[in-house]
Amino acid sequence: MEAVVQAVPAWLKERRERGASRFAAVGFPTVRQEDWRFTSVSPIAESAFPLARGLFTRARALVEAVSVPGSVRLVVCNGEFLPELSELSTLPKGLKIAGLRDGARDNADGLEQRLAKTFDIDAHPFAALNTSQLDDGVAVFIARGAVIETPIHIVTITGSDAGAVTSHPRVLVVAGEHSQARIAQTFVGEPGARYFTNSVAEVVVGDSAVIDFYTDQRESENAFHVANLQATVAAKGVFSSHAFLTGARIMRHDIGIALNGEGADCTMNGVYLADGDRLMDTHTALDHAMPHCTSHELYKGILGGKARAVFNGRIIVRLDAQKTDAKQTNRALLLSDEATINSNPQLEIFADDVKCTHGAAVGQLDEEAMFYLMARGLTRVEARDMMLHAFAGEVLDGLTIPALREQIESNFFALLARDVQLKS
Amino acid sequence: MLEVRNLKVRVDDKEILRGVDLVVKAGEVHAMMGPNGSGKSTLARALAGHPGYEVTDGTAIYQGHDLLDMDPDERAREGVFMAFQYPVEIPGVNNAYFLKAALNARRKHQGLDELDAMDFMKVVKEKLKVLHIDDSMLQRSVNEGFSGGEKKRNEIFHMAVLEPTLAVLDETDSGLDIDALRVVADGVNAMRSPERSFVVVTHYQRLLNYIVPDYVHVLSDGRIVRSGGRELALELEEKGYGWVEPAAAGARK
Repeated sequence: MEAVVQAVPAWLKERRERGASRFAAVGFPTVRQEDWRFTSVSPIAESAFPLARGLFTRARALVEAVSVPGSVRLVVCNGEFLPELSELSTLPKGLKIAGLRDGARDNADGLEQRLAKTFDIDAHPFAALNTSQLDDGVAVFIARGAVIETPIHIVTITGSDAGAVTSHPRVLVVAGEHSQARIAQTFVGEPGARYFTNSVAEVVVGDSAVIDFYTDQRESENAFHVANLQATVAAKGVFSSHAFLTGARIMRHDIGIALNGEGADCTMNGVYLADGDRLMDTHTALDHAMPHCTSHELYKGILGGKARAVFNGRIIVRLDAQKTDAKQTNRALLLSDEATINSNPQLEIFADDVKCTHGAAVGQLDEEAMFYLMARGLTRVEARDMMLHAFAGEVLDGLTIPALREQIESNFFALLARDVQLKS
Repeated sequence: MLEVRNLKVRVDDKEILRGVDLVVKAGEVHAMMGPNGSGKSTLARALAGHPGYEVTDGTAIYQGHDLLDMDPDERAREGVFMAFQYPVEIPGVNNAYFLKAALNARRKHQGLDELDAMDFMKVVKEKLKVLHIDDSMLQRSVNEGFSGGEKKRNEIFHMAVLEPTLAVLDETDSGLDIDALRVVADGVNAMRSPERSFVVVTHYQRLLNYIVPDYVHVLSDGRIVRSGGRELALELEEKGYGWVEPAAAGARK
């Protein structure tokens, strides 16, 4: 035990302590705070599940069920990087993988400079909590100029053989200049299990690098899921985030993207599906800090039962960020009378020569279109699925890894069949 | 084929059809004419099972089955087809993908094997050729951004692929130029057969120059006020609907 403690470098200890002191000072957020107005996390605070570490019996099967053939697989189980469940046999040239614990001990290049450095944890109490527990996780380094064709798939699982647990998974991606890679992160747990996943992923996109990041959140329907994805994009860098959100009883997904170099481009798309009395909260923050950057944001929600959704899309265009072109769209379909959404675009524009548009639309399934499809012979369920597929299609089309797309789509439609009851 | 008796239909608490009787035998083409607001389209939509059209009285027997008891999708799988007056634009739903699903739903219902993508395309290409329709329509979203004429041609194309037993064309001629009208008429004529019946709803006689009906009916104020052969349509064109309307008004009071 003593040896492990000694292996932790001073910088990491210092960052943990900063996270701990910040979380001690602010605690769990409350609905009195603007950013948490519609999302009460008291069920998370009250349940106080103990911290989990390492493997549990069902972990291997859960990983198998979501594995993407032909990818580099990185398994983070209860926050710990597990090389024995990972698939690292065919690591392409220019790709380096490090467990955070081992990497910190071995003083891996770039870790000290980057880890917990891409964003301000003061604005993110759950990220502060995650950082206070920072022990392991996985780091992905893509060398300058490397074009990685093989998808990189991070499988994040939480669970135990005993009761409900908490995990704080951590991921760091550093993409060198002119590099390219596609990274997917799947969050999964035992169906029906209660647990709390509190994830942080940091992505550093170098000059002219192109990084696609896919989030497949398919946690147990009884889990709590809080995740924070933070990216910084350097000049002419291209970053895209595609989120497919179908799991958890209470979900809060924060995405922060800082366009820190001229000519950077980002896409931030997502589709979420919820039923029952589940809550899906997405908060995005886009920081246009430099001139000539473009951003495209499209979120689509499908809500049944008494499900609730929150979408908050913040875009800051700083004084220097002239010629910014930003577009944000949020659309939601409510399939029942009791489902609700709070949608809030939040544009803060300080530059004067910019193009920023936003639009939000909430509606129901188009009954005339449903009748048209049915009048040609499709059942109501077939017609609905076709309509919902079309609705989500724009976001699903962003999935450029065929095996992953197949998996995400089949999960999506299995959940529709299970969850979303039609009004007759 | 179809036997409609005393059909009364309400839309938004307003009675539009006030007792329609119509018998269509296999192989026949019936034209349903009438002025605006007479109930022609209501009859078409009620036969297709539109949920906004509430049947308050009467019966409709289709091939021995109670048509009114079936959901719209069951009617379609049983071979009832309605060409929409206003085909709905459905962004994101691929026209060919949808049509394949619709055809296979019908085939499955008939106990036939479902067609795979290749066999389906074979069927589709053949129909497109007969109808002189461009195949670019296939890969677009259903009706999205289609011109008025394209929408109507697409309806006829769907009909040709689905090969219904009873086809109801709801003002398919409205807004069409003469070339598009020909495409529609040729499509219908090519499909006429002793086993298939058509109800052609139209405001104008013009379409009936190309699709020659066996019977013509005139609807006015929710009832069929005149029935006859093809010559009735010509008479209507000459004299206008004013010719039948006073009689209808008189009959009501």
